[in-house]
Amino acid sequence: MAAVQEPKKTPIGGYVGFDTIPTQIERKLLRRGFAFNVMLVGATGLGKSTLLNTLFAAHLIDSKGRFKVNEPPRQTTEIAPVTHHIEENGVRLKLTVIDTPGYADLMNNEHCLDPILKYIKDQYAHFLRKELTAARERYITDTRVHCVLFFINPSGQSLKPLDIVALRQLADICNVVPVIAKADSLTLDERAAFKARIKEEIEYHGIKLYPGQLQVPEPLDEYDLQEQALTDAIRARIPFAVVGSERTIVVGGQPVRGRRTKWGGVIEVDNEDHCEFTHLRNFLTRTHLQDLIETTALHYEAFRTRQLLALKENRDSNTSPNK
Amino acid sequence: MAAVANGIIQTKLNAFVGFSNLPNQHHRRSVKKGFHFTIMVVGESGLGKSTLINTLFNTTLYPEKKVPITTDLNKSLDIQEISAEIEESGVKLRLNVIDTPGFGDFINNEDSWKPILRSVEARYDAYLEQEQSQHRAKITDNRIHACLYFIAPTGHSLRQLDIEFMRRLAPRVNLIPVIAKSDTLTDEEVAAFKQRILDDIIFNKIEIYRPPVYEDDDEDTVAETNEITSKIPFAVVGSNKDVTTSDGRTVRGRAYPWGIIEVDNEDHNDFVKLRQMLIRTHMEELKRFTSEVLYETYRTQRLEASGRTQEAIPKEINPAASLEEQRIVHEQKLAKMENDMKLVFQQKVQEKEAKLKQSEEELYARHKEMREALEKQRAELEDKKRKLESLVHSASLMKPATPEKTRKKGIFK
Repeated sequence: MAAVQEPKKTPIGGYVGFDTIPTQIERKLLRRGFAFNVMLVGATGLGKSTLLNTLFAAHLIDSKGRFKVNEPPRQTTEIAPVTHHIEENGVRLKLTVIDTPGYADLMNNEHCLDPILKYIKDQYAHFLRKELTAARERYITDTRVHCVLFFINPSGQSLKPLDIVALRQLADICNVVPVIAKADSLTLDERAAFKARIKEEIEYHGIKLYPGQLQVPEPLDEYDLQEQALTDAIRARIPFAVVGSERTIVVGGQPVRGRRTKWGGVIEVDNEDHCEFTHLRNFLTRTHLQDLIETTALHYEAFRTRQLLALKENRDSNTSPNK
Repeated sequence: MAAVANGIIQTKLNAFVGFSNLPNQHHRRSVKKGFHFTIMVVGESGLGKSTLINTLFNTTLYPEKKVPITTDLNKSLDIQEISAEIEESGVKLRLNVIDTPGFGDFINNEDSWKPILRSVEARYDAYLEQEQSQHRAKITDNRIHACLYFIAPTGHSLRQLDIEFMRRLAPRVNLIPVIAKSDTLTDEEVAAFKQRILDDIIFNKIEIYRPPVYEDDDEDTVAETNEITSKIPFAVVGSNKDVTTSDGRTVRGRAYPWGIIEVDNEDHNDFVKLRQMLIRTHMEELKRFTSEVLYETYRTQRLEASGRTQEAIPKEINPAASLEEQRIVHEQKLAKMENDMKLVFQQKVQEKEAKLKQSEEELYARHKEMREALEKQRAELEDKKRKLESLVHSASLMKPATPEKTRKKGIFK
């Protein structure tokens, strides 16, 4: 058998035209549209719904807090997926937001994470089943959770035990991006100290957040270096200290998204000096959306391997001779 | 000139007597003795409890916390007490602050209110014991005079943990709910949140502390008290650090990139009102309420539970009558026992009879069976015998028999 040779760089004489491949792909993808599934995990009252509505500049989900006296509190974590079709400049995005009301609501929260983990694994299982069927669909609708936004209470001190357990279990099976909610309750010094503390704890407990350390094969070209620099910057900034607001207030004659507090302070959501909302938004939608989807495939592969191995074991143990 | 009202003669004085100096004497005495106040702070970690205490008493009672990394995820609730003596204008105050680190921080917070309630009641018990002891000249009062409960500024309504805690502790302690870190809330959010909290409190029948208004209070005091009451639950911000505002003043507050919130500014938050109620106007009131109402309720319940009723002095007992009573009771018991035993005996006898009968029947059936079997055998045998006899008879009749038959007979022989 002939050995596979290293492909030689061959120069071409004239213009062929295969440089339109990216455009062809783009056209196909545009026609198909994109799908992105994001899950929000965090205690009630941390502004999850507001932040998501602010991220995508549309009222996508309602706050699911308890507002009336006679409303009984939820007894278990509910999983509430809502799908929206949003469009921008001809690019269609099917955005599915999975809210988890009831998480950390009860006095005894030992089992509040179970429905969430089950949902994520179910989506993987669903996808696996679709993949394994003999007559597969041409394009399987992707319901796998691409990103979990984990909301941290702005206590300014440290992570709570429930947070640590949740982060660890979630980071094992999907991409987790932690976010410090309602960051306007921390001064800049407190914010920096809190972030350092959180990073310390995450490292101590071995939680692997997104973006993880990727092994990029050498040699690195300019584009790769740029990307790496960007990812490193993101990694240094996590967790994002954000503030959300769907309302616009007038500041200096200009309408901006923000909050005007009782004592006159005006927090502008899009102002980089006030909070890191813009960084989160750019990260999530402008730079790393596709990467999140691709990294989910890696988590899915791990799940698939485990499942198929388990199936094989099962089958082996079932067909072994009974003596 | 005397006038009579309710049987008490109202007399007017002719000259200055001097008993109007009594309050001053009292004042001097209490100042010399010094005052003490015990306050408990409860709430999740990170809600600014220690900061608020430092802010309230303008002293660094709680140093900056250095919390180690959470290695042990199965801690239990801690109850810590700090004491400090602070002085102002010659008046000494011994301040005890009880902190409850760990409350609401665990994965399972179901019983987090229990140790706190037990601590409150233990202090009442300690006081009760001292009261009932033989030497009670010097009683140390550890009872908790006020409990500040810190509510997280979610903007929704009370959480289950909040409701449960307040429900359990309100009957035993002066409960003052406080919205912590309220600098994140806008004007409307604060108002709506307060209303929802109050609705929840009323719905769950929680009796939080409300400063009382007396009939003989003057207008100003009444107005003040009403103002304080209207702000409950207090939306506060705590800070013991000084910041410089845009117009050059140095105030206690928090500096954000988007503005400065002043702790002592009434338009910014309710800290001033809380401090007023807690320290400047209603401290004695809180202590009095603890001592006269909460403690007394607890004491009554405790003593009733331990069997002591209204009549502490025992009545005259007639020994003969009580003996007679006892005898009757005893005889009744005996009669009942006798009845019971009789019933049991009868039951047993019946059972035995039934069993015996059953075995009798079985025996009879077996006997019959065997007899029938025997009869059958006998009949068969008789049958065989007759057959044999008939054969013999037929054979004897046919003596000159065919050789075959003789041969057969030979076989038969």
